Amino acid sequence: MNLPPATVAVESAARDSYSQLLAWLAIRADGDLAGAEDALSEAFLAAIRQWPLDGIPENPNGWLLHTARRKLIDGQRRFHTRAKNKDAISHAIETAFRELDDGNEFPDERLKLLFVCAHPAIDPPARAPLMLQTVLGMEAGKIAEVFLTSPAAMSQRLVRAKTKIRDARIPFRIPERPEWTERLGFVLDAVYAAYTAGRNSSEKTDDSLADEALWLARALAYQIPDEPEALGLLALILHHYARREARVVDGIYVPLPEQDTERWDAPMQQEAESILHRASAWKRPGRFQLEAAIQSVHASRPTCGKTHWLAIAALYDLLVHQTPALGAAIGRAIAHAQVSGVEKGLVLLDDLPAASLADHLPYWAARAHLLAEANRTQEALLAFQRSIGLSRDSATREYLLKRVRMLG
Amino acid sequence: MQYMLLFTETSAEIAKRENPQQAPAYWGAWSAYAGALAGSGIMVSGAGLQPPATATTLRIRDGKHHIQDGPYAETKEMLGGFFVIEVPDLDTALEWAARSPSATCGSVEVRPTLPPPPAD
Repeated sequence: MNLPPATVAVESAARDSYSQLLAWLAIRADGDLAGAEDALSEAFLAAIRQWPLDGIPENPNGWLLHTARRKLIDGQRRFHTRAKNKDAISHAIETAFRELDDGNEFPDERLKLLFVCAHPAIDPPARAPLMLQTVLGMEAGKIAEVFLTSPAAMSQRLVRAKTKIRDARIPFRIPERPEWTERLGFVLDAVYAAYTAGRNSSEKTDDSLADEALWLARALAYQIPDEPEALGLLALILHHYARREARVVDGIYVPLPEQDTERWDAPMQQEAESILHRASAWKRPGRFQLEAAIQSVHASRPTCGKTHWLAIAALYDLLVHQTPALGAAIGRAIAHAQVSGVEKGLVLLDDLPAASLADHLPYWAARAHLLAEANRTQEALLAFQRSIGLSRDSATREYLLKRVRMLG
Repeated sequence: MQYMLLFTETSAEIAKRENPQQAPAYWGAWSAYAGALAGSGIMVSGAGLQPPATATTLRIRDGKHHIQDGPYAETKEMLGGFFVIEVPDLDTALEWAARSPSATCGSVEVRPTLPPPPAD
């Protein structure tokens, strides 16, 4: 399909710069995130109308910001009914835009936005969704899906959080030690959630979400070089990213132990390795460093000739003390099944809290896999069926269907 | 930006005001805190409050005055005083809240005030 170049230009600005533009605008609009979002989407609409007629501007981001400024000032005037305030705010916005007129590059302030979203004064369940929406540009409907809530409830939660940021004036800044330890945890969790949401989808459009999450992980590790967990997250994402060509082949998901290691990105794995090595100097292993270390062991399969499951099982034993995530407990069961036999793995799965398992795909897929290994074919089939019913993307579904055919 | 810091205290804390052994430390901490606020030039206004037992609560319903002894609600922590401060943002307000004596034994609610009404 051939789109007109102007349309392509609008789309690429939206994909590549949306969150950077939003962060810049929100900071200059006195923390009014919702107002900045409205102004920016109106600017994009104007671009869709005008660029095909007038040509693509030389500086697309500058054009969008200047257009958004007018909308923003209008919006602020409507919102602030008090005259004194109105002028002060218009003045503040005008002044901020002088930076741009002076030909300065507009700075990337996405990390400040990320830390605002993780502020302790924001309702905890709103933090990660807010980061996904504002920093990673994820649609509200998709966020509701990721967090298993209704779109209406999710959008209400997001609106409330943005109002709080504006009205209580939560500052846009990267916090100083020691206060950021807690906030950094939320930030890292959200970046990883975005990465997995992007990766787990077989839709092409979500590649940019995974790319953006990788970019954020790099920026965090660079900005906060003395925090080993930020390095751990970057190493973890790099390890996953390095295997993206091997994960899905011919539209079918390939589980890690069966992946063709020739398809792995070896330089990227080495980068992950050296970052993890740097993190280990602090001797403060956390969730992300442990998960990255597990991926490291997997990555050494081509050089060792086999997977060192004993090391993986030991790392999972440590990991389950660091995070209550079900994924960690399931990985642990699989690793112990490899070390001590399937029965041990099944026992570990049986110990998991039943209430949270009903709709957890990795649990049913892992259970089915172990039951099949134990030659409990009928039970394995039932568990595979259950996992197929829970799968959301076609690559996973195709893989599970293949396993069912192999059993039948 | 102005924020009101509302200090709530437990009844044990408020009782210290009348206890000869504990009163000097109690008042010493509060006056040092108020001094630090004033010395930093951020204090707008504020007051400590007499104990909740001195409160009287009024409601008008259907034109009728209901006057009642005590604060509007009986809770474990009670309003002991407030300050309005002028600081740039919530983080700075929270830093000042953290320095108050009631942060460690009661709590501090931090709320932005509404901007003053227009002059015209």
